[in-house]
Amino acid sequence: MPKWGMAADLDRCTGCGACVTACHAENNISTVGPEQAARGRAKHWLRIERYWEGDFPDVHLKFRPVMCQQCDAAPCEPVCPTYASHHTDDGLNAQVYNRCIGTRYCANACPYNARFFDFFNPSWDKPLHLQLNPDVSLREVGVMEKCTFCVQRIKATQIQAKAEERAVRDGEIQPACAQSCPAKALVFGDLSDPESEVSRLARSGRGSKLLEDVGTYPNVNYLNRQAQV
Amino acid sequence: MTHPTGDRINQDLLRPLLQTSWRFYLLVALFGGVVLLALGMWFRQMYLGFGVSGISWPVYWGFYVTSFVFWIGISHAGTLISAILRLVNAAWRRPVTRCAEVITAFALMIGAMFPIIHLGRPWLAFWLAPYPSERLIWPNFRSPLVWDFFAINTYLTGSVLFLFLPMIPDFAVVRDKSTGLRRKIYGALSFGWRGTTKQWHRLETAMQIMAIAIVPVAVSVHTIVSFDFSMAPVPMWQSTIFGPYFVAGAIFSGIAGLIIAMAVLRKFLHLEDYLHPVHFENLAKLMLVMGLLWGYFVFNERLVTYYGNGPGEMAVFWRTQRESFAPLYWTMVVCNFVLPLVILGIKRFRTITGAVIASFGVLIGMWLERFLIIVPSLGHKYLPYSYGVYRPQPTEIVIAAGTFAAMVLLYVLFAKFVPIISIWELKAGEHPSPELLPTALEEHPLGKLHL
Repeated sequence: MPKWGMAADLDRCTGCGACVTACHAENNISTVGPEQAARGRAKHWLRIERYWEGDFPDVHLKFRPVMCQQCDAAPCEPVCPTYASHHTDDGLNAQVYNRCIGTRYCANACPYNARFFDFFNPSWDKPLHLQLNPDVSLREVGVMEKCTFCVQRIKATQIQAKAEERAVRDGEIQPACAQSCPAKALVFGDLSDPESEVSRLARSGRGSKLLEDVGTYPNVNYLNRQAQV
Repeated sequence: MTHPTGDRINQDLLRPLLQTSWRFYLLVALFGGVVLLALGMWFRQMYLGFGVSGISWPVYWGFYVTSFVFWIGISHAGTLISAILRLVNAAWRRPVTRCAEVITAFALMIGAMFPIIHLGRPWLAFWLAPYPSERLIWPNFRSPLVWDFFAINTYLTGSVLFLFLPMIPDFAVVRDKSTGLRRKIYGALSFGWRGTTKQWHRLETAMQIMAIAIVPVAVSVHTIVSFDFSMAPVPMWQSTIFGPYFVAGAIFSGIAGLIIAMAVLRKFLHLEDYLHPVHFENLAKLMLVMGLLWGYFVFNERLVTYYGNGPGEMAVFWRTQRESFAPLYWTMVVCNFVLPLVILGIKRFRTITGAVIASFGVLIGMWLERFLIIVPSLGHKYLPYSYGVYRPQPTEIVIAAGTFAAMVLLYVLFAKFVPIISIWELKAGEHPSPELLPTALEEHPLGKLHL
């Protein structure tokens, strides 16, 4: 059984935001318009956090892509009264939209604020409504949604590999964010396979987890910066 | 101080039932209008989408959950106080118990609405109940929200029973004094009560069982409500003190609600001969004790956080202590601690007016307390990039205000249809009959105190 994980190299991330755009396009994340976005209703399953460090003129800029960390001990799961938020066998935090009644408790429990609520029925600024992904279901008003590690791509690749009677190759599955990253800062793969690229990066001395002290055991590894640019 | 007896009690306490003044219609129209407006706002929210409220990322709980915790807290006045006073057989409880128990039943009904109002898809709220489904899906018993569902339903069922049982003899009194349709309705409600020794004995036994059973239920309900917060890894939520802290706060605000309700009833239904200053003074003393307890818990919570010095916690700590939420925080401290301590701690001020002023302070303070537990923590959760603000919108302000109107409306209607002071208990106090009172409790040292 695979254990899906990701590595984000903070040295490589330039904060360009291509992953955010790719994520919106791949996962049918509706746009909410400038007014609602200003009120905090924008849904970015993946966001680039920008931090300034130090005082002028000695200022450093830091980017950190933050998505659902697919925690092993996810605080969002036990609090859901209807099992809409639950753990799959391959270690993903699944969100069943049809089972969600919208208590928003999972989002409160999430230390990363990686979960988003649908305040209205979905709509898209034209012509974005013409490019919806048929593999991803739309979410109606009143449910929670979040990064799935592009579970539709994981499943498609697994089915293809099974049809060809072979194992899934390392690097074959590419979530939209990793596929679109021009600097190859995001690496996706199977953490249960010690030879995979993502395992190798996670084991390296630079690997760290976000908010590790909260005790969520996340599956996204951040590779710390080695040089200040 | 006069002690009315016999027929006088019947006359005074049945007057609101048998005569209707224009003031009753005015009150019902006024508060009913506000309740309808709030209901309309809720349906509007369902129709247009949850976005019409002020909830936004990352503050996903706001006025609705504040109102939920506040009203569940208010519900702790009635049944708990009345059950404890019955168990220790405090004689002064007799005119107080029913007004208190009614608060519990109505506050629970109002509070229990909020977990449904705040849902993204309220039409699916029944998924919280474990019903046999062909898909074999049960609710998640690890979720504190499911614990809430069971705790509140248990408490509501128990409280309604506890309220209804001692009303049976009073319904029989109304039945005997009335004619026509009213006689039929109250006849059905009194379950054929004839006042035989056997019936009295059964009623007393049932009341004793309910009084003992309801105390642990009441304490557990608000502990479980506090688990909604303390089970989530959110700064300043994840605290082991939340259980007793919430229970103390709940009883504190509940007594405040009871004092205000009693003062209003005394004034408008002319019950000066039944609700004496000593009742208010005793409740005020109880409120003072709970106020001191609440003050200790808040101090303890802050002290432990300060010495723990976790970065996530300290961000929230300073936000409430001296940054954007500081005005609300210090208003809460004044309303909940300074005001009751000064007014109720000094004997000269411990009058009915003083107790009512302090109670209003406590209600405001306790509402703010729940708000200050929920919103600052969610708005400042760990990653500074994801800090956010909460601005309540008219939808949730009207709905929150509507709950207070709903409470008044239900109370007015109840006082119209049921004697608000238990007639038979008052009379039993006049002529204590050994059959009606269990001897073991009568000899209890607390019973002699006549608190």
